[in-house]
Amino acid sequence: MPKYSIQVNGKTHEVDVLEDMPLLWVLRDILGMKGTKFGCGRALCGACTVHLNDTAVRSCSIPVSTIGQNKITTIEGLSEKGDHPLQQAWEKFIVPQCGYCQTGQIMNAAALLKRNAKPSEEEIEQAMQGNLCRCGTYNRILQAIQSVSGRTVIG
Amino acid sequence: MKIVPPFQKKSGNVRSEIFMASRRDFLRIGGLAAGGFVLGVSFFSCNEKGKKVASLAPSVYLTIHPDGEVIIVAHRSEMGTGIRTSLPLVVADELGADWSRVRIVQAEGDEKKYGNQNTDGSFSIRMFYLPMRQAGATAKFMLIQAAAQKWNVAAAECDTDNGQVVHKASGKTAAFGDLVEAAGKVAIPPLDQLKLKDPGQFKMIGRATPIIDLHDIVIGKAVFGIDAAVDNMKYAAIKRCPVVGGNVKSYKADKALAVTGVLKVIVIKGGGIPPTIHKPLSGVAVVADNTWAAIKARDLLEVEWDLGPNAGYDSAAHIEELKKEIVKDGTVRRVRGDFGMAKKNAKKVIEHTYIAPYMAHGTIEPPNALAVVKDGNCEIWACTQNPQGARDSVAEALGLTAEHVKVNVTLLGGAFGRKSKPDFIVEAALLAKECGFPVKVQWTREDDIHHDFYHALSVQRIVATIDTNNKLSGWNHHLAYPSIGATFDASVVQPSDGELGQGALDFPYDVPAIKVETHDATSHIRVGWLRSVRNIPQAFAVGTMVDEIAEARKMDPIANSLDLLGADRSITFNSEIPKGAYPNYNEDIAKYPWETGRMKKVIERVAKDAGWGKKLPQGSAMGFAAHKSFLTYVACIVEVKVEGNKISIPNVYYALDCGTAVNMDRIRSQFEGGAQFSTSIALKSEITIKNGRVEQNNFDSYKIIRMPESPKNIHVSIIDSQDKPTGVGEPPVPAFTPALCNAIYAATGKRIYKLPVDLGA
Repeated sequence: MPKYSIQVNGKTHEVDVLEDMPLLWVLRDILGMKGTKFGCGRALCGACTVHLNDTAVRSCSIPVSTIGQNKITTIEGLSEKGDHPLQQAWEKFIVPQCGYCQTGQIMNAAALLKRNAKPSEEEIEQAMQGNLCRCGTYNRILQAIQSVSGRTVIG
Repeated sequence: MKIVPPFQKKSGNVRSEIFMASRRDFLRIGGLAAGGFVLGVSFFSCNEKGKKVASLAPSVYLTIHPDGEVIIVAHRSEMGTGIRTSLPLVVADELGADWSRVRIVQAEGDEKKYGNQNTDGSFSIRMFYLPMRQAGATAKFMLIQAAAQKWNVAAAECDTDNGQVVHKASGKTAAFGDLVEAAGKVAIPPLDQLKLKDPGQFKMIGRATPIIDLHDIVIGKAVFGIDAAVDNMKYAAIKRCPVVGGNVKSYKADKALAVTGVLKVIVIKGGGIPPTIHKPLSGVAVVADNTWAAIKARDLLEVEWDLGPNAGYDSAAHIEELKKEIVKDGTVRRVRGDFGMAKKNAKKVIEHTYIAPYMAHGTIEPPNALAVVKDGNCEIWACTQNPQGARDSVAEALGLTAEHVKVNVTLLGGAFGRKSKPDFIVEAALLAKECGFPVKVQWTREDDIHHDFYHALSVQRIVATIDTNNKLSGWNHHLAYPSIGATFDASVVQPSDGELGQGALDFPYDVPAIKVETHDATSHIRVGWLRSVRNIPQAFAVGTMVDEIAEARKMDPIANSLDLLGADRSITFNSEIPKGAYPNYNEDIAKYPWETGRMKKVIERVAKDAGWGKKLPQGSAMGFAAHKSFLTYVACIVEVKVEGNKISIPNVYYALDCGTAVNMDRIRSQFEGGAQFSTSIALKSEITIKNGRVEQNNFDSYKIIRMPESPKNIHVSIIDSQDKPTGVGEPPVPAFTPALCNAIYAATGKRIYKLPVDLGA
């Protein structure tokens, strides 16, 4: 199997895996970073969202061989103490129900705010439409993002 | 009139009986004992310095350690309702604990110890509110006795607060931890001597308490089934027969075995027909070093199937067949008055057929389970709603007794009824046994969409008659759908009383003639329960027909419903049901009847909240429906905006009466989420089957709503009540769909008779 060197949350990891192994399974099965979730395997639900540099991507559909020197950030690396403004807002609004999709939602929202600090309601909805929540926490997700957007330093 | 029993229930498969009983159909909850048996008042353990220390454990749900830490056992599964927080807070409130010193421990599957653990049917709070209060009050009693003796004061003068016993008169306080040793010597008080708090004394019940897993969830540290791991664990993916009842005929695994990391290919024997819920489907498993290799190799398996008798099954043809059945006379399941006469004398007869599709659960966490089989024992980690059911099923599959099977319950990444079926857990156990090392079975999304226990399709016909006095004089409801019972017993072709009792048998309106009839429908797939179960199609048909009746009577829909409910009264149905046993969600109907007054109250409240009757812009309108389920009264108003064929939902209003409200925030969140869940049902989700195979694959073809199309503002009013607490997980779902359909009619003039709604059709 080929060896890959990937940068995750500021650390370099050497992994020895199949070249088509999606980043999701590298994170979960090889590196033991389980905050990134498996939902669909086809980039349809967003549960596996991580950042590739500053962009939200679906890690279930990115083969490890394509990552190269790009920097990966997962929920474990979003903030040092679990206190990213979005994480705080998620707690303030008690967003999660089952909680399974929420790390993907938070990662997607964090990438949105990096490129657009003050998104409109419509822009938030458009940006978040790739992230499914079966429990139906969309209203509180929207509230939480709105409560953070426009604040000074994001991420 | 000929009244035929719907089906003969066979005594055959004992396991099936257990599951069905613990679901909701057959036994009354009272007979299932709430549990909470005392293990021992106090026990000793060693602290870090090796010193023997006493802890107080007056209930299986509660232990207080000498350092003041309070351990509360969550014995129900957390799938997003907040139950892991809401039941423990009841214990803590009654105890007078300091919530910040409470640690919640998830129970393993052990119903002998904890009582019922099958987390479904929206009954966790209903069944365990009182036992949890008693657990807290028992410990409180003992701690107070210990403190009172120490201080030489009357126990009646003492109280607990914030983790301490307090003697107000003297200002003395003692921390719980300092009292546990003495309290352990106090005799456990009988339940009737316990003094429970007056509602005015509650500090947590009736307020909003954040879920205890909140922080872990947002930092990615919460442990779901998929996250459970043990040393030397391997991963499995399974190619299952695409048709229920089919079997592996032959297979070629050379391509699969060539994938790097693949360890084994193993055939799994299927449960056949009936499929049951505790046996796997026939399939071929690939076990590998990592999930990806297992999935990749699984997709390379070449399997030839013996597809069995369901290979020709076509769901669209089934609906057409049931549409022909439903116009005939059916098996009579409820009778009041003479519907034939009502129809004969009617001034107006309204008749419509209602169609709803198969649906899948689509939990974002697909089924998965981890099993270790070693030295005649099996240990499981799984996202299960029913750990004891899983334990018994695994024991049976492995030929062990349940004492040799341990089931650890993780968080569940959504469940909605899917994860009360242990088929996927049995798969893991069988593979782990065969392999001799720990195996995690991981379902892909395609596996989940193709091999679910589906919400059954349904065809209903309702005939409503209006007499010369403009009164609703007759109601005739025909129903045909494959029963959940058929999943356990292939001879079942008619709905059970439990299924019908979810909005059809319990039609509450004051109508002189009522007749409910059912028709045969055979099952060809695995049918199961999905959040609110048969209430979904039954509330859709009833709720939209009642709106049509309002129109025919030239009445406002709210006024019509209040009028149809009639005088405040308590209904029991039993005299009108041939078998004489309306199931009432396993609650004694004599004690908990259908109370029209409570429903009228929520209807009036929701109308007020929504500003019902106010003028809305062209293309916008409100629709209303009310539906009781799981003992909870719900009225719902949905506001829609329709542009072309595009439906958006700016506002949803709910008013509900769930008796005592335990955790206000989680009740609200269940209703917010319920509106979203029901929007998927009403507008998006449909499973179709051709040649015995499910035609949808993933979230591209099996659709659930996304944020842009989700209802925007969801307003929830909770009626203040001190009655027995009732369900909130499922009750938000049923009323929403008919309210939405009625709003669409009000906005467009188009009545909806088929789900999901397609305005382009």
